[in-house]
Amino acid sequence: MSELINRSALELAAGLKAGEFSSVEVTQAHLDRIHATEADFGSFITVTDDLALETAKAVDAERSAGGDVHALAGVPVALKDLVVTEGVRTTAGSKMLENWIPPYESTVHNKVKAAGLPVLGKTNLDEFAMGSTTEHSAFGTTRNPWNLEHVPGGSSGGAAAALAGFQAPLSVGTDTGGSVRQPAAFTGTVGVKPTYGSISRFGIIAMASSLDQVGPMGRNVADAAALHELLAGHDPLDSTSLPDPVAGFVSAAQTSDLRGKKLGVIKQLRGEGYQDGVRDAFSAALDVAAAAGAEIVEVDCPSISYALDAYYLIMPSEVSSNLARYDGMRYGLRVDPESGPVTAETVMAATRAAGFGNEVKRRIILGTYALSAGYYDAYYGSAQKIRTLVQNDFAKAFASCDVLVSPTAPTTALKFGAEAASDPMSLYLGDVATIPANLAGIPGLSLPAGLADGLPVGFQILAPAREDVKLYEVAGPLEAALEASGTRVLDTLAEGLTTK
Amino acid sequence: MKYEDAIKKYDPVIGIEVHVELGTATKMFDAAPNTFGGGPNTNITPTSLGLPGSLPVVNEKGVEYAIKIGLALGCEIAETCRFARKNYFYPDVPKDFQTSQSDEPIAAEGEVEIELEDGTMFTIPVERAHMEEDAGKNTHIGGATGRIHGADHSLVDYNRAGVPLVEIVTHPITGTGARAAEVASTYVRTLRDIFRALDVSEARMEQGNVRADVNVSLRESPDAPLGTRTETKNVNSFRSIERAVRYEIARQATRLEAGEKIVQETRHFHEGTGETSSGRPKSDADDYRYFPEPDLVPLVPSRDWVEELRATLPELPAQKRRRLAGVWGFSDLEMRDIVNAGLLEVIEETVNAGAKPAAARKWWTGEVARLANQKDQSTAELVTPTQIAALIGLINEGKLNDKLAKDVLTAVADGEGEPAEVMSARGLEIVEDTGALEAAVEEAIAANPDVVEKIKGGKMQAIGALMGPIMKATRGQADAGKAKDMILAKING
Amino acid sequence: MTESSAITPEQVEHLASLSRIAMGEDELKSLAGDLSTILSNVARVNEVAGDDVPATSHPIALSNVLRPDVVGETLTSEQALASAPASADDKFLVPQILGEE
Ligand SMILES: [Mg+2]
Ligand SMILES: [Zn+2]
Repeated sequence: MSELINRSALELAAGLKAGEFSSVEVTQAHLDRIHATEADFGSFITVTDDLALETAKAVDAERSAGGDVHALAGVPVALKDLVVTEGVRTTAGSKMLENWIPPYESTVHNKVKAAGLPVLGKTNLDEFAMGSTTEHSAFGTTRNPWNLEHVPGGSSGGAAAALAGFQAPLSVGTDTGGSVRQPAAFTGTVGVKPTYGSISRFGIIAMASSLDQVGPMGRNVADAAALHELLAGHDPLDSTSLPDPVAGFVSAAQTSDLRGKKLGVIKQLRGEGYQDGVRDAFSAALDVAAAAGAEIVEVDCPSISYALDAYYLIMPSEVSSNLARYDGMRYGLRVDPESGPVTAETVMAATRAAGFGNEVKRRIILGTYALSAGYYDAYYGSAQKIRTLVQNDFAKAFASCDVLVSPTAPTTALKFGAEAASDPMSLYLGDVATIPANLAGIPGLSLPAGLADGLPVGFQILAPAREDVKLYEVAGPLEAALEASGTRVLDTLAEGLTTK
Repeated sequence: MKYEDAIKKYDPVIGIEVHVELGTATKMFDAAPNTFGGGPNTNITPTSLGLPGSLPVVNEKGVEYAIKIGLALGCEIAETCRFARKNYFYPDVPKDFQTSQSDEPIAAEGEVEIELEDGTMFTIPVERAHMEEDAGKNTHIGGATGRIHGADHSLVDYNRAGVPLVEIVTHPITGTGARAAEVASTYVRTLRDIFRALDVSEARMEQGNVRADVNVSLRESPDAPLGTRTETKNVNSFRSIERAVRYEIARQATRLEAGEKIVQETRHFHEGTGETSSGRPKSDADDYRYFPEPDLVPLVPSRDWVEELRATLPELPAQKRRRLAGVWGFSDLEMRDIVNAGLLEVIEETVNAGAKPAAARKWWTGEVARLANQKDQSTAELVTPTQIAALIGLINEGKLNDKLAKDVLTAVADGEGEPAEVMSARGLEIVEDTGALEAAVEEAIAANPDVVEKIKGGKMQAIGALMGPIMKATRGQADAGKAKDMILAKING
Repeated sequence: MTESSAITPEQVEHLASLSRIAMGEDELKSLAGDLSTILSNVARVNEVAGDDVPATSHPIALSNVLRPDVVGETLTSEQALASAPASADDKFLVPQILGEE
């Protein structure tokens, strides 16, 4: 394995700055790695070799000409295929957009381009980000680099697998109910769900607008922080974009320590339904944090037990409306009905029947029901009230501690096909720890906290809205303390991969 | 059943929804130009086209215009309100939902006073005015009739998609009786005038800037509960609105008479026949699944902003009429004649140019109107308010009398120049030269001794008999007042 | 809300037509089962929050985000139509539209 792909994003940035290697070399090394491992991992829907090398060349030229380049210039990145890229096929993991070439640019890709990060490609995801296994993609499944018989999580499964598989040093995912944090947990990587509005959603294909947020991902906390710093900031094209200035996330991650930090363990998010190994790894990480000077307290968030219910009404409702536009009239797939008259109406129905997968259809139908006249108040309206209760609970909890913590997911990565055996609700239960943050709009981060039965366990940190910097102030020193205590999760994998 | 019989038998209730396209520079939720013309699908952004990942941002001017309309209709402006998604599938709706407002309109509960042709005032209760976006335009191609039902396919242009609209919805309008149709069209005309006065829209009916949906229902009596209504969509001229209401009232009455039920449905109006035809029945397809638009944050118009906008409101047409009637001292009847003749503006400008209101009214409604009629031209084409004011000025200065002024006016209308120029060029000025006048007076006195005797005897009206010869001698340019004074001075002298 | 939240295939058929998705009998049946399960689980949202609890539609409280009325960049018709399933005369060509004018 090339030594270059083993380095973190910030190490690569430092090496590029020092002239130890070029961006073309770094980019080529990652592209080589992708081509050598894609048959195993299936992280990407589209690999953009030419585009990546073109950017790398331009950055190298600018750097050697003495130009002022961004700190991450030349460090490659992978984009979840929900991020619109002008001129590059953008599929959302759906047959519906199999051949869609966007005529415009997303704000995220604009920022990535402006900073000179070579884009390696578009990563796989559950169709329209609906799912937690990446099995619901129209472009094949993605496998967990830790164990190819296990899922990488989802919906940003491709983004996480690309990191864990050393195919990319940085990944951009999206998180609507845990879609960045859960795959990060399953792959031993770091995933951040910023405060709602921290990163522009302009050009991010919508799943559930009031819950969606772009999520920076890396193999360590500082890398994710650096990507977050690059992507965050006000965007006049997104009405929900925060006007707040962007804090120094990287320095927060690198210079903070845990002494005096109060970590509130959410009572409702440990214990029942959690895999033993997950519980153990989480407890061990708390011990490490305490040993490093953190104060551990227990907090009560009773409404969290209703968060999942509220989420499974709000999310599909917004989905049913956001996905209405895929009707075969303006772009994407168009399918004529097999029999009967060919009208706009029948073509729409046939197109949507053929273009959407089962999970997407299930959520559209559920959302259509929840919004229907006569059911709105009982379902959507009530769910919005629970949203208020969850926010109130969090506000109360944050009054007594700096951040809240929990395992990111109740289990480690499931085996393929496991979900087919269970009913939809027990599957949805896997998101119980991550969903509350999306409902409340608060930021969350998952970092690896050791292994259980050979698979990574995620440790989730939640901070108050618009105080994302607090995530890094805890995650940075906690990561260092965990590594010092011998919990070096990805090293295990890196060694395994090297000998493979 | 005929309309006249229908309204004897039933009490009509109408309701009107008016959509007005705002004259902003850009669309409601994106920065595409809000203009007519240009090639198909050129005035669009990713947002107008509903492309995956695109997002809306509210146009500040659109909100400003909506607030102005709300204020002009006497509505309460919401302290806070949200946009909502109205979900329905249709090829010209790019996102397959319309961004609109549902239970939180920006303006609610106002009223519009309208004046019917005979001067009867009527108050229309306004339920709400809300902001939303327009859809694209379909052209139906092929098929036998070219109409939608015979079409093979349609072509869609999204240039209009996202154009800002304000929709104004009335409460049920009751108590119109036989005048339902006139009330409907006068209401829409009044709104049109208000939009123009506010300068928020070109408000051209024929361009589709203003579109009306007309709801009609009948009930046995004013005490009875409301009957089932029909909604005739997109009736786009004042005359059509009247015809559509009349037709629906007659049609519904005929059905009711026959013991049939009215179907709640949308209907289409046909210009050619003046009839409406059945469109789509009200059904489950009308379950629009409204919910608050998550991509747009709440709108909280500050009271300062609202008051600032209120202060900029121009005088609305009805207020203006009322104010001018008071200032000018005209009777209701005089005022109505002016308004109906479309002369309010020119008279106001004539007064502003220095003329007395009574004189301005006399000239515009009298001689100018007569000339216009005779020439089959509009009064505005004929002369300007400044010219009429100048003409009146010359009369007041004693340089013209009414008869001469009419000659001057005709010449001005023929394009011979300004009143003063015409007067001198044609030598129409009243003779100031007392020598010529004196000669004419003496001549007349000498030639009519019997008349002089009568005057001496106290029969003052006999003076008139001397005026004829005097005017003849001065070719009509004598100042009648002066001539009279001179006669008396000489006789009694 | 347990018994009443059982969804029938007929109801799913109606929802499928509202959401413009053609569905076969099997799909309607299996979705009716799924929906019943999900709804019987989430229906309790109804009982948690009373009238005194306000609804939250937007997770972060921003307001009055407005755009100046200034024309920005537009797409060309070529760009707009490049991904269209069918087009003619610089317009999107769609199948015949029934039901409304
Ligand atoms: Mg209507
Ligand atoms: Zn409307």
